[in-house]
Amino acid sequence: MGLFARIKDGLKKTRQIFNTDLRDLFKGEGRLVDDDFLKELFAVLVKTDMGGEPARRFRDRVAKEFRGRVIALDDMLTSIKAELHELISQAETPLHFADSGPTIIMVVGVNGSGKTTSIAKLAYRLHAEGKKVVLGAGDTFRAAAVSQLSVWADRIGCEIVKGKQGGDPASVAYATIAKALEINADVAIIDTAGRLQTQSNLMQELEKIRRVMGKQIPEAPHQVLLVLDATAGQNAISQAKGFSEVAHCTGLILAKLDGTAKGGVVIPIIQQFALPVQYIGVGEQLEDLDLFDSQQFVEALFDGLG
Amino acid sequence: MFESLQTGLQSAFKSLQGKGKLTEANMRDGLQLVEESLLEADVSYSVVQDFMVRVREQALGEKVLLALNPSEHLLGIVHQELIALLGPVDNSLHLKSDVTVLMLCGLQGAGKTTTCGKLAQLLLHENKKPMLVAADLQRPAAIEQLHVIGEQVGVPVYSEPGAKDPVKVCRNAVAKARSEGVNVVVLDTAGRLAIDEELMDELRRIDQRVSPDQAYLVVDGMTGQDAVLSADAFNKALELDGVIMTKLDGDARGGALLSVKHVTGVPVKFIGTGEHLDALEVFRPEGMAGRILGQGDVMALVDIAKQKFDEEKQRQLEEDLAKGQFTLAQFRDQLQQIAQPGLMQKMIGLMPGMGGLTEAMQGEDTESAMKRLMGVIDSMTPQERSNPKLIDPSRRHRIAKGAGVAGHDVSGLLKQFDQMSGVMKQFAGKGMGDRMRMAQQMQNSGMLDPGARMTKTKQGSGKRLSAKDRAKAKKLREREIRRKKREQRGGGEVRAKGP
Ligand SMILES: Nc1nc2c(ncn2[C@@H]2O[C@H](COP(=O)(O)OP(=O)(O)OP(=O)(O)O)[C@@H](O)[C@H]2O)c(=O)[nH]1
Ligand SMILES: Nc1nc2c(ncn2[C@@H]2O[C@H](COP(=O)(O)OP(=O)(O)O)[C@@H](O)[C@H]2O)c(=O)[nH]1
Ligand SMILES: [Mg+2]
Ligand SMILES: [Mg+2]
Repeated sequence: MGLFARIKDGLKKTRQIFNTDLRDLFKGEGRLVDDDFLKELFAVLVKTDMGGEPARRFRDRVAKEFRGRVIALDDMLTSIKAELHELISQAETPLHFADSGPTIIMVVGVNGSGKTTSIAKLAYRLHAEGKKVVLGAGDTFRAAAVSQLSVWADRIGCEIVKGKQGGDPASVAYATIAKALEINADVAIIDTAGRLQTQSNLMQELEKIRRVMGKQIPEAPHQVLLVLDATAGQNAISQAKGFSEVAHCTGLILAKLDGTAKGGVVIPIIQQFALPVQYIGVGEQLEDLDLFDSQQFVEALFDGLG
Repeated sequence: MFESLQTGLQSAFKSLQGKGKLTEANMRDGLQLVEESLLEADVSYSVVQDFMVRVREQALGEKVLLALNPSEHLLGIVHQELIALLGPVDNSLHLKSDVTVLMLCGLQGAGKTTTCGKLAQLLLHENKKPMLVAADLQRPAAIEQLHVIGEQVGVPVYSEPGAKDPVKVCRNAVAKARSEGVNVVVLDTAGRLAIDEELMDELRRIDQRVSPDQAYLVVDGMTGQDAVLSADAFNKALELDGVIMTKLDGDARGGALLSVKHVTGVPVKFIGTGEHLDALEVFRPEGMAGRILGQGDVMALVDIAKQKFDEEKQRQLEEDLAKGQFTLAQFRDQLQQIAQPGLMQKMIGLMPGMGGLTEAMQGEDTESAMKRLMGVIDSMTPQERSNPKLIDPSRRHRIAKGAGVAGHDVSGLLKQFDQMSGVMKQFAGKGMGDRMRMAQQMQNSGMLDPGARMTKTKQGSGKRLSAKDRAKAKKLREREIRRKKREQRGGGEVRAKGP
């Protein structure tokens, strides 16, 4: 299966739910847009985790345009898609590479969101593109986090810099960049321990890691990717806020999009923090990562309906 | 980020004040706010609808419409309904007299492995002999992760390196447990998506062939709308016996727990409130209900206050407050109690409507800030402490110098004391719940903003001190931060030496 097909496959489950729900709204040819209809529409939208406020906006727009009319599926979809696009339309945002020297990528996020696995997938992707990749096992806190990343590094066949369990994550980051410089690597990706955005001490630790990175390469980290779990609800907004303020995130990875969760919370996140979603995770294997494309995201959600 | 429901309701019903009766239309506005708040807290849509039917029925009743304080009355109904839905409480692990097998399952990254360790620790405390079983053969280094955790707690971990079939591993583990006098076996299964037929089938096979006595679903506290779907699927596959919600140490409102409880009907056993292995708390519906409503967990706060505060001093303070007394010395005592490592953060996380404060304190080292404030009070003479009006510019200069801060820091502290003493006197004779509510109102009205003031103190002290004093203060601060870090994160290593 090609990459694209696999992503579609991953998104299919998402799509099915969305589609079934939307289709239920349209038993028969068309339906009168009345309170009941709008309520059902609201339910479908809220279930994507986009949040109450964006869902209300969608609903109100449909109400304004169509209330009292009997509408066909196409009109409805066109309206929703248009607004969805308006909200999250973004240029496809591939990784930005440094003009010279290694590109340093730092990966952050709450506990268990999918950071380490996403790093492995990203490294695999870059490695396959012929880039020389070094991983930094900067999670020195969680049990066996270093081994977890080492297993991936072995499978990919790329370099990894490890610190001691319980050691200083900033010094692992430093050593990783030193290694990247030494072996002329194209990319260094540094893992960090999961932390909640409300833990100010641990958030300060991220600041320190950033600072230490800048010692060898002033622009480092060139990219800071925040990994969000697609099953997360509205707390992801607080995550995006907390992490972007402290760690200066440049983009998002939306992991675990292969389940039934829809990841709609990225809609308000993209809006509020101007953070592009760069990649999506659609499984636990190395190949299960692809570029996020808002067009495709929206189309995939409504596939087969319009 | 979230405005608390209470504030929302108050403003929704505000226009009515003086005009008397609440109409059904007004109440519907209020109910709308309740619904929005629950969705904001990540309660699944369908669950919110069912819940609102129950609340609406009561809220539109005569009693609420005529109530003097309709917003509190409505909030009371919602709170009670939440508690009813989240309960009844059953924290028991239902251990048998011989070997009990517990199985943890859930989505990827939910916190299963960590929770295994936490349960083991809990069981050890109850003088049981637990054993952990590494049945996650999917995630890289999952087996090693469990071994590390087992070592930290000091319990045996069963694993079969290179094994392919988790069913077999679990069976062998249980057999070994029986032969070795272990009482409780905890199975750590691989994370899986509820729609992954193959892996769900594997779980069913473990269930059939190993017949765990209790199967618990571990749910991430940050979960959104998907909670209903995945919980339902796990429940259908396994007939769950309980739920554990993790990562409630952050600011997630945890509404998914209501969804999970609603679709599975099984009791919520514990909540996870940290990465360390002692961060497992028995579930209390009251606290969770408050949390889902964005009001914090007042009960837990009272508990912590009871545990950590010097009871005798608190009693004395209450007495003095009742007499209308609040002195700088008492202020210092309060600061000292709050300045215990990690306490402030924990308390603020639990306080109703104090979310903004946590944000305000981002990047500010609270405990050192408190220590600095105490230092200022320490540099005063007893006379100054009992009568701060004595403090003129020359005294202020002396105090500042003694405490290693700038003069305006001293003025800042005195101002803060002034405000605090007003607040404290109002608190006199009130219960903890009332105090929290008052504190919340004051915070919302901008009266209480210790975060902002503390930042100011910090910035101020940076400018006016001599280079030498600055270096000294910085060193102290850094030492403090290092110590705190050790406490926060090094705990695992300390425990590793363990029992
Ligand atoms: N189905 C699915 N599972 C994923 C995906 N990404 C990660 N996972 C799984 O989620 C779990 C947690 O992933 P990790 O990469 O360890 O997450 P982390 O953020 O590094 O976790 P901590 O370091 O413990 O905070 C693992 O079991 C992964 O296999 C994804 O896109 N889809
Ligand atoms: N903050 C916080 N982190 C937790 C809690 N429980 C587990 N974690 C973290 O969440 C991540 C995933 O946990 P793990 O036990 O490996 O999840 P599993 O994949 O379900 O076995 C790890 O980083 C844990 O340290 C909790 O209650 N609070
Ligand atoms: Mg990790
Ligand atoms: Mg695990």
